[in-house]
Amino acid sequence: MANPAIELKGITKAFGHIIANENVDLTVFRGEILAILGENGSGKTTLMNMISGIYYPDEGHIFIDGKEVNISSPKDALDLKIGMIHQHFKLVDVFNATENIVLGLDEGKFDIKASARKIQETCDRYGFEIDVNKKIYEMSVSEKQTVEIVKALYKGADILILDEPTAVLTPQETQKLFNVLRKMREDGKSIIIITHKLHEVLEISDRVSVLRKGKYIGTINTAEANESILTEMMVGEKISLDIERSEPKDTTDRLIVKGVDLYNKEGVQVLKDISFTAKSGEILGIAGISGSGQRELLESIAGLQKISGGEILYNNPKTNETENLKDKTPMQIRNLGVRLSFVPEDRLGMGLVGNMDIIDNMMLRSYRKGKSVFVERKQPKALAEKIIEDLQVVTPDAKTPVRRLSGGNVQKVLVGREIAASPTVLMAAYPVRGLDINSSYMIYNLLNEQKENGVAVIFVGEDLDVLIELCDRILVVCGGRVTGIVNGREAKKEELGLLMTKGNAKGGKSDE
Amino acid sequence: MSNEKVKEPFMHITKRADISRGKSWLIRIASILVALVFCAVIIVLLTGENPLSVYITMFKGAVGTTRRIWSLLQNVAMLLCVSLAVTPAFRMKFWNIGAEGQVLIGGLATTACMILLGNKLPTPVLMIVIFVSSIVAGAIWALIPAIFKAIWNTNETLFTLMMNYIAMQIVSYFAYVWSVPKGSGAIGVINPNTQAGWFPSVLNQKYLLNIVIVAVLTVIVYIYLKYSKHGYEIAVVGESENTAKYIGINVKKVIIRTMLVSGALCGIAGILLVSGTDHTLTKDTAAGRGFTAIIVSWLAKFNPIYMVLTSLLIVFLQKGAVEISSKFELNDSFSDIITGIIIFFIIGSEFFINYKLNFNKKGENK
Amino acid sequence: MLVQFIHRAVMQGIPLLYGSTGEIITEKSGNLNLGIPGIMYVGGISGVIGAFLYENSLADKSQANAFLAIFIPLIACLLGSLIMGLIYSFLTTTLRANQNVTGLALTTFGIGFGNFFGGSLIKITNSAVPSITLTVTSSFYSKTLPFASKLGWFGDVFLRYSFLAYFAIITAIVVTLILNRTRIGLSLRAVGENPATADAAGINVNKYKYLATCIGSMIAGLGGLYYVMDYATGIWSNNAFGDRGWLAIALVIFTVWRPNLSIFGSILFGGLYIVHNYLNDIVPNMTMSKQEIIKIAPYLVTIIVLIIVSARKKRENLPPASLGLSYFREER
Repeated sequence: MANPAIELKGITKAFGHIIANENVDLTVFRGEILAILGENGSGKTTLMNMISGIYYPDEGHIFIDGKEVNISSPKDALDLKIGMIHQHFKLVDVFNATENIVLGLDEGKFDIKASARKIQETCDRYGFEIDVNKKIYEMSVSEKQTVEIVKALYKGADILILDEPTAVLTPQETQKLFNVLRKMREDGKSIIIITHKLHEVLEISDRVSVLRKGKYIGTINTAEANESILTEMMVGEKISLDIERSEPKDTTDRLIVKGVDLYNKEGVQVLKDISFTAKSGEILGIAGISGSGQRELLESIAGLQKISGGEILYNNPKTNETENLKDKTPMQIRNLGVRLSFVPEDRLGMGLVGNMDIIDNMMLRSYRKGKSVFVERKQPKALAEKIIEDLQVVTPDAKTPVRRLSGGNVQKVLVGREIAASPTVLMAAYPVRGLDINSSYMIYNLLNEQKENGVAVIFVGEDLDVLIELCDRILVVCGGRVTGIVNGREAKKEELGLLMTKGNAKGGKSDE
Repeated sequence: MSNEKVKEPFMHITKRADISRGKSWLIRIASILVALVFCAVIIVLLTGENPLSVYITMFKGAVGTTRRIWSLLQNVAMLLCVSLAVTPAFRMKFWNIGAEGQVLIGGLATTACMILLGNKLPTPVLMIVIFVSSIVAGAIWALIPAIFKAIWNTNETLFTLMMNYIAMQIVSYFAYVWSVPKGSGAIGVINPNTQAGWFPSVLNQKYLLNIVIVAVLTVIVYIYLKYSKHGYEIAVVGESENTAKYIGINVKKVIIRTMLVSGALCGIAGILLVSGTDHTLTKDTAAGRGFTAIIVSWLAKFNPIYMVLTSLLIVFLQKGAVEISSKFELNDSFSDIITGIIIFFIIGSEFFINYKLNFNKKGENK
Repeated sequence: MLVQFIHRAVMQGIPLLYGSTGEIITEKSGNLNLGIPGIMYVGGISGVIGAFLYENSLADKSQANAFLAIFIPLIACLLGSLIMGLIYSFLTTTLRANQNVTGLALTTFGIGFGNFFGGSLIKITNSAVPSITLTVTSSFYSKTLPFASKLGWFGDVFLRYSFLAYFAIITAIVVTLILNRTRIGLSLRAVGENPATADAAGINVNKYKYLATCIGSMIAGLGGLYYVMDYATGIWSNNAFGDRGWLAIALVIFTVWRPNLSIFGSILFGGLYIVHNYLNDIVPNMTMSKQEIIKIAPYLVTIIVLIIVSARKKRENLPPASLGLSYFREER
């Protein structure tokens, strides 16, 4: 191949004590699609942010077309024809598509109508469908992503970086995107796609570079790669998922969800007629493309969302009474004696308070106990110390703010607290996201332990292999609907994948 | 960017992971010292005096005589009281800049009690009525923006700001209604003969009672924020509303309750200013303390104990600068300039506590 | 009398218009500058200092040169308010200090600055009353079109104003056009809405914040200059400027961040500010105390607008999304 379009040499970047990238080398050629593969938290996004001028490397050199360059701002990156599509879109909500696309460009006379026409031409050439006059806040996720890609192309990007572009897309949309990417490759553009999905890597890329824990592991040609080679590079050793799964015992219906409907703030229906039963002593998995309503479903059960239809029934094992949790606040649910624990997806933004120490975070669930107007910190302290010891949390002490712990340790603190409340229902959303293998196994074991104790466990996961190995039954959601419930012991990946893409093809967040 | 030579940025800024408490206070103290030197230069340029003598004047002005020390303490107490009032709301990240109005409305209630009931009720009953009505008045004034914040997320900074001026106009209105002599627009000293509704002198010090009340309040607010369940809820809501909802805290209730506490404390400040200090009411009774308190509270990182120090610092500066002004025949407003400059320096110094400058080293090893 | 009322309402509204236009530009960049009252005050006193120096340099005041008499105070005013804007920008943008705290400190500082120099000048002149009178400069500033007073009510309502009044309206219109019709306006709005996006689009966020705040401050400063030179006929007395600075901030909310609406809003606010003087003839028993109550009106309507806007949640009418927040690119 020709000269490299981008070359990174010895890039290092640290955030405080956390080293995000350590001595990373990377090469991208013209006219190729390079996949950057790595687990969550392996430093992929940080590395790309340094190419696009968001972060500035602590050490190392960047070469574009063989010349050393200094990218100290996104402006520098644009001047070097580098465009990045971030996972969190960089769009101004109150502007329309055209305004967002021309933002920051200097193309002589300011004529928004003329620009709109030119943008339409670009769209037609690559086969994008967007309404150039639509406001961003009225758009669906995939429309926003399209605007981002058009923006980069319109600005003349030769090097295009996409950060997990398929995470929010339906399979159809993903295929469309891949076709566009291939077209751009034919145009001689360099494309870097960040992902942790192996099949996508194999499908779209020419070469794969792998990062692990911030370090560069190596690059291979996709033609010579297969899933097991890539997995080994990604996680360090070839692991066969081998999660112990016991037979469910004494199962009874614990939580019955019947025909739940939910509309979000914008009035879009995000849950449509969801029905299922979670049984004590088993793990119920929930599979689906992210954004298919998983978060909303768990939040509805926890009383954080106000459902518009259906009911959520809880069979209390102590009293044998059935409670309807619909229209109840989290407080009211607790006062009914419902022992519901919830490990939310957003750990530091919802499950824990980053600036508080471990002890105060333990109190979140229990501080109301007792009639005193003052909080009691003795028991939370004992609990904090117990969790630190039992779950091997790496921390200087219990008085350390949790935001200073690493992702895995944060998760241990959160899961530890939720389990300590001795729940009858335990809901966990993506509990191993961003965790290393050892921590992940510890979490799986904890979930299994809870199951054996007769807890009804609901596990929302993204890795189908894990779901199949861990869960007794798997509920599949797509576009806010249940598309199937399968037995975990008999489930096949392909079958799940199909169910995940059945139903509403436009995905959960489309407007109707 | 196609330059042959790669231009390295001179430095770049990163967020500090952590900084020891000692070091952060060192930076703050250093900033105050730099500010003092800077002010000294200005003073010397304006007066031609030896800067050292200027600072000696300043020191004497603030604490030179017993009377001045009492006056200093009284002013610290008043500023501290308003600062304590705004703090619970700030901890919740509710930008209440309406303390000025809340204090005035509290003071107005006190004034109303003194004028209308002053010579009709026995002193203990009168004092109880004053406290209850003023606290309720201040709380109501804070409650209005809080309710709209809770329902529609109405911007509280702008709302509370507007409420200040409404309060001032209401006070002006009553200043005419109750003016002595009629139509002068000034209330004058209330109950000058009977002293009904005045705070008594304690140990022959007319301000001592104010100071004691504020000292007690400081401890109470500290304990409330740090050890009470309410205080814990305020901290959670301030850090993350999502977390608060997740654990079942009723965020709206906490916002409203906390603003009631803030407003009630402002009401107490109103009593201390009217009953305990001025024995009259004008629209300048709060004297900008509602705004200065925000700076005091923020500088102290919303910690009531540190606030004793920061309010002392600001009052000390103001008193000292007034003395400089009069001794060197500058006018009184000079103290606002000096205070302003020093506050600018302290505000600016926070940057060096939160961020680190990395001067470029990469160039050297090439 | 209605004509007279409208005429005075406009004159009362012009300083507010300057203040709000300046603050709108500033807020569009995401900076909530609560230092505007201080900045307008400094703008006023700086103009006074300039005029004072110029008038005192003249041997014979009737020989004053019209150009210099206007130019010197104008430059002094712009310079004074520019420095205030720079202080705010440096602290909030470069040093990322809290905007509310910085703004309030700036207002304290600005009013102290104004009163200090106001007081000092009064002392120098040994004036019997606590004010400085700059009639010569003011006569140039309050010049109106010669034929305006001959056109009856039409002239009074539309033409009998000084050049700074018209300039305020032109500024408001130009700013509206820039915000809505130009690339610079688009970029500026992006900075206030979502600085990370603007940054990624290659817009220099800090530059925009600095420029918007400094230009906004200078425009607001002109409000102070107009107030003292035209409205107050060249007489400066400490604290006479009153709460006009806060009213200007109220006006920003009232007009939901639109300078063109601000033209009418400022006249309305100006009218509400002085309406009590005119009610005497209409409403019987218009005592001083009732006048004070009527002065609540502008603040009350602002609160009502604030509530309505927040309740309706129309995206285009909400404050700039990142108003009051400082931006740091490497935030995680």
